[in-house]
This record gives sequence, structure tokens and C-alpha cells, in this order.
Amino acid sequence: MHVPDGFINAPVSLATGLVAVAGLAVCLRGAQRELDDKTAPLAGLVAAFIFAVQMLNFPVAVGTSGHLMGGALAAVLVGPYTGVLCVSVVLLVQALFFADGGLTALGTNIVLMALVTAVVGYTITVLAQAVLPNVRGSLVPAAALGALVSVPAAALVFVLLFALGGNADIPLGEVVAGMTGVHVLIGIGEATITGLTVGSILAVRPDLVYAARRYRQDLAIHHAPAR
Amino acid sequence: MSSPPSLVVEGLAFAYPDGHQALYGVDLTVGRGERVAVLGPNGAGKTTLVLHLNGILTGGRGRVEVAGLPVAKTNLAEIRRRVGIVFQDPDDQLFMPTVREDVAFGPANLGLRGPELADRIEEALALVGMAGYADRPPHHLSYGQRRRVAVATVLAMRPEILVLDEPSSNLDPASRRELADILLALPVTILMVTHDLPYALQLCPRAVILDDGVIVRDAPTYDLLCDDATMAAHRLELPFGFDPRTVARPTG
Amino acid sequence: MSGGHTHQLYVEHETLVHRLPPQCKLIAVLTFVIAVVSTPRSAVWPYAVYAGALAAVAVLARIPAPLILRRMVVEVPFVVFALLLPVISRGPRVDVLGVSMSESGLAAAGILLAKGTLGVVASILLAATTRPRDLLLGLQHLRMPQLLVQIMTFMFRYVEVVLAEMGRMRVARESRGFRARNLGQLRVLAHSAGALFIRCFERGERVHLAMLSRGYSGRLPTLDGAQARSTDWAVAACLPAAAVLASAAAWFAVGR
Repeated sequence: MHVPDGFINAPVSLATGLVAVAGLAVCLRGAQRELDDKTAPLAGLVAAFIFAVQMLNFPVAVGTSGHLMGGALAAVLVGPYTGVLCVSVVLLVQALFFADGGLTALGTNIVLMALVTAVVGYTITVLAQAVLPNVRGSLVPAAALGALVSVPAAALVFVLLFALGGNADIPLGEVVAGMTGVHVLIGIGEATITGLTVGSILAVRPDLVYAARRYRQDLAIHHAPAR
Repeated sequence: MSSPPSLVVEGLAFAYPDGHQALYGVDLTVGRGERVAVLGPNGAGKTTLVLHLNGILTGGRGRVEVAGLPVAKTNLAEIRRRVGIVFQDPDDQLFMPTVREDVAFGPANLGLRGPELADRIEEALALVGMAGYADRPPHHLSYGQRRRVAVATVLAMRPEILVLDEPSSNLDPASRRELADILLALPVTILMVTHDLPYALQLCPRAVILDDGVIVRDAPTYDLLCDDATMAAHRLELPFGFDPRTVARPTG
Repeated sequence: MSGGHTHQLYVEHETLVHRLPPQCKLIAVLTFVIAVVSTPRSAVWPYAVYAGALAAVAVLARIPAPLILRRMVVEVPFVVFALLLPVISRGPRVDVLGVSMSESGLAAAGILLAKGTLGVVASILLAATTRPRDLLLGLQHLRMPQLLVQIMTFMFRYVEVVLAEMGRMRVARESRGFRARNLGQLRVLAHSAGALFIRCFERGERVHLAMLSRGYSGRLPTLDGAQARSTDWAVAACLPAAAVLASAAAWFAVGR
């Protein structure tokens, strides 16, 4: 869900805006370091992919459906810097062209749906990779776990922002419990589809998956027997 | 002294970093103003050859020269001006928001600005019959129109040689004929990679067969298409009902 | 969700609003929304001023009301949240249709809905009167980093191509009797998503090759567009000026 205008008050929106600008600046540099002069076309196409894949609805529980947020997926596929950049571009386009998410809430949305989901998702994935066996297939459960945690993490940060700058008097404890519960459910859908998507790409083009780079085998060197 | 040939490829061999070798010593000379078709089965190395012509792939053996200028890191800018590659999917080639900006991309990279740039755009779009479409976004055009604009984007650089990758793919018969008329009228050297044998016969007096990374035949297109044994040996098949012997032998 | 197709966003007309330079419109809408968001809690009347100002713009730009209402569906998930507020909020309660609701929660929900809706309508008007390319141009004029503008430009160029590819995959799935009904079938959707990613990535690489082939050396051309004149800024300022005045007046009334 994209946060609209007026949900979070002006001072907190300004603060999230500054965090978003700083985060984007870091990611622009990071992405350019990795992709060089390919940054614009590749990040543009990956952003178009995220935009499209967010339209895939999947059933969450009886009668309800959710759609992918894609922050963790993007980070696992193209790396955290490019991933944050691509999801942020999607949010910018949605706010400016589709009125989806308020202009004053753009910073909040980038923090929640790009920075928090991608950074949390990627960190958890890398941690899980360190624990799991060092084979390519481990990335599937690792990415799924990253995606699973990324959704309630974003929900928690949202509740925190709402407590700081929300315009309503709500019982914080109960909202935290409720939001976390609901978003763990949504996270299961996100986790399943993220894991399966990463798995299907690993089966065909493992070289394209950023988080699978650690499984690359070094070129073998055969030494000639000493004469 | 006569001008050097548009394209000279000598002993070109290349292996991808993963070890897969695609070219095993390609020799090909294309004279100025010639139109040559490159035929061959899938996986023969056609795309790999094309990407060597403007120095996107380098590092193997052999040499490539475009109008006398060797393809080397030091003169890539001039090589890329001289070799205009039209890729198979026009959506890959048309990446700017409008047709005008897309056609301007190449000449602007060459340093052209202002009225000179505008003239180039006009000229290139007129050559492909798309003069009235400069302000359209590419995705509003038909597939055939996009293919023609893709040709214009490289014509705007006034190339020495136009390299077309499967120019007739996905075109309906009318668009196919319109593109043929345009290509036949262009005063440039053309190298055309294609599976479309009737199109090769219509457009190119000469054809070469690339198979397993080498040029295995180089002959007039008509003779090649009539040579059943060679055709079968390299998995080249004419479309059902098409017999080159019933088509008037092209003059060229 | 932001459904629909990009080319349907812009409504072709030749009006004063359409002709304004995009950077002026962007700043005008942003200032307008900031003024709306900053309205003091207790004030109600400024919302009439805001809505009136937006309605005036819509009339000037000849954007029909049904079109605006149709596009407001992006708001729906948020409306659901706003409706929950009165139920979960604390404070003195009232009964509405037999449901116990918090008074402060009701007021908060009303204000949230009003602010959110005004923001959505302002954005809809911006997109309906400005071509996507011009919006990108406006962002460039407003000093958004070049690389970010370029990524957005590429995304915008290819989003239709990617959606068309996804549509063909859906047709292929459904032609073989597939419908997403339960979690087990997510595997099929994920497979499509994976294939779509590979296609997008490979297309990105092919686009890069096509750029290199035409002499790209790491610098993309900037988009060309006219500079805004001071009269343009003055015209564009009308909308936010009305909102800022109303918001400031409400604060003044609260302070007294």
C-alpha cells in the first residue's frame, strides 16, 4: 500500500524525505560503480520489470489477494544499490504519473518500500546464506526468508512513523501487534513468490542473479607437472 | 587509386569468455556499394560476426577494416560512425522518448548540434519515408514503421556500411516490400544477415554462407539458392512453393 | 494498484493548463499539497477552498469529472485503513450504526480522507495535463540528478513493452486453463516472473549494445525543452497561492 498525502505530518514527512534523498544518492553512486555506463538502460528495464511484476496478484488468504512489493526480490536479483534505485524509480513514477502514493509522502514511501524492504531483505538473505550450505540452491530459502522478514519490517517502520507523525490517537501496542500479524501473512506470499522466482532464474541464468555471485567457481588452474 | 573496400574481414576468430568458440577464421571482403547477404543456420556465428564489425566484441584473432580504417580501441568512435548496425528488434534500437530524439542520438554523439543536427534528422527520416513522424513516441508506431525508423537512426550517422540483422523478421508483406524498396534505393553498402532467402535474393546480388564459424561459400545469391546440395548441407531451406529458377535472374 | 496503460494518462487538449511548462506545474502541485497537508487539525472550511481550487483547474483544463473519479480507485486501500481508524482509536466514543467509534478517530479519519483525496486529485490533474516526456523534462529542469531522470526515461520507454510481454505470458498460461486460485499455483506465476526478469535484463543489455553501436560513450543527451517565463510561474502560482492563503488563515484563526 502506498502512503498517501496527509497520513504522516509535515515534519516527519520532511525527515523521511531527507533520508530518502540521502539513500538515493548513496544508491546512485553504488549502482554506477557496479553497472558503469550500463546503469541507465539496465536499471530502467529492471524498474519496468518491478512495475510489471507488482501487478501480478496472488491469493493471500480466502477471498483476498496481495501483490508483490518486490524490494527484497530486486535487491537479491540486481544487488542492494541498484535494487533500491529501481524500486524508488517505480515509486516516483507511480506517484507522479499514476497518483499512487502522495507527493509529500514520496520520501516516506521510498524509505518504507525501497530502502527498508531492500536493505532488510538483502541483509537477511546474506546472513541466511552464511548459515546455509555453500551451494547455489541455498539462495532460494535465503531469499524467501529475506522477503518474509522485509514485509513486517516495513510495516513496523510505518507504525513507528505513524506514531511520530500520524494524525490520530491510536493505541500503539495493539497496532504494532495487529500490523505485524497481518504483514507476516502477506510476507508469506511475498516470500513464496520471491523464492520461487529467484529459483526459476537460477535454473536458467544463474549468472544474472547478484546474490548468487558468491557461488561462482573460480577458474581452474592446472599446473604443469615439474620437469 | 580506387577507394578501399567498405569492409575487409581477415582470419577473424573469436571465443567467448566461457570458452565457447564462435568464429574460426572468417574472411570476407565487401566492395563499396555492394549488397551482400550473410546466410547460415542458427548458431553459425552470424551475430558474433556482426558485433565484431563495430568493435563491440574484440580480443580474438584476425583483423577487421572499415573503408581502410582498422577496428581498434583507439578509433572506435569513427568505426561506429562508419558501421551502422540495425538490430533485429526495433524496440531495442529505439530507446529514446520520441523518434526525433532517437534519430538524433547517433549524430549528437558525433558532436553535431543545432541546425546541422536537425538537417541530419530530416534527411534520415525522409530516406525511410517517415518524415512526418519525428515527434511520435516509438511505441505508438507499427512494427514496420519502427523497423524503418531504426534504419533511419543509423542512416543519420551517414555510415559507410549498413549492417542489418534479420531486417524482414516480423514484418507483414506490405511492410516487407516497403522496406525492400527503401533499402534498394539507399546509396550505401549493405551487409544483411538473414534467414529470409527470397528477401536475400531480391535485395542482394551476392551471398555468403557462414557455418560453424567460417565462410563456406561465397557466390551470386541466385547461384547459391539454386545449388540444392550446398543448401541442404547448411540447413538452408527455401520456403514452400518458392523456386528461385522461376524468379527473373536479378541484374546487379 | 497502478493499473491501466501509460498512454491513457494524458488527456489531449489545448488549454492554458496543458501549455504551462511542466516544471511550473510540478512546483505548483507540490506546494499545493504541502499547504493542504499543513492545515491545522481543527479547521474544516479550508478544505472547501482546496477542493474549489482543484475544481477550477479541472474545468480550465477540460478534464471531465468521471475520468478523475475513475482514476481515484488508487485510493481504495487507503480508504479501508481510514475507515478502521475510528474503530481502533482511543478517547470518548459514539455509536454509529450500532458500532462503537472513537470521536477523535472519526475526526481524524475524515481529515485523512480529505487530505489524501485532494493529493490524489491534484496528481491526477498533473498527469492528465502533462505528457510523460514533459514531466521528465520538468524534473530535469528542477535539478533532479541526470542519472535518475535517465533511468525514469528508460523505464517509461519500456514499461509498455514489458507489460505487453507479461500480457502474452498470461494469455499463454490461461490458454492452457491456468487460473491463480491457491498458493500452490504461485509456482507458475513465479516462473512467469522469472522469465520476465530474464527478458528485461537481456533487453537492457541489447539496448546498451544498440547505444554503443551509435557512439554512446557514457553520456546521454539531455531532453530539450523551453525555459519557463516569469508569466508561466505567475499563472501556475494561482493554485498553490489559494491553498497557502487558506491554510495560513486557518493557522491564524487557531492562534488567536
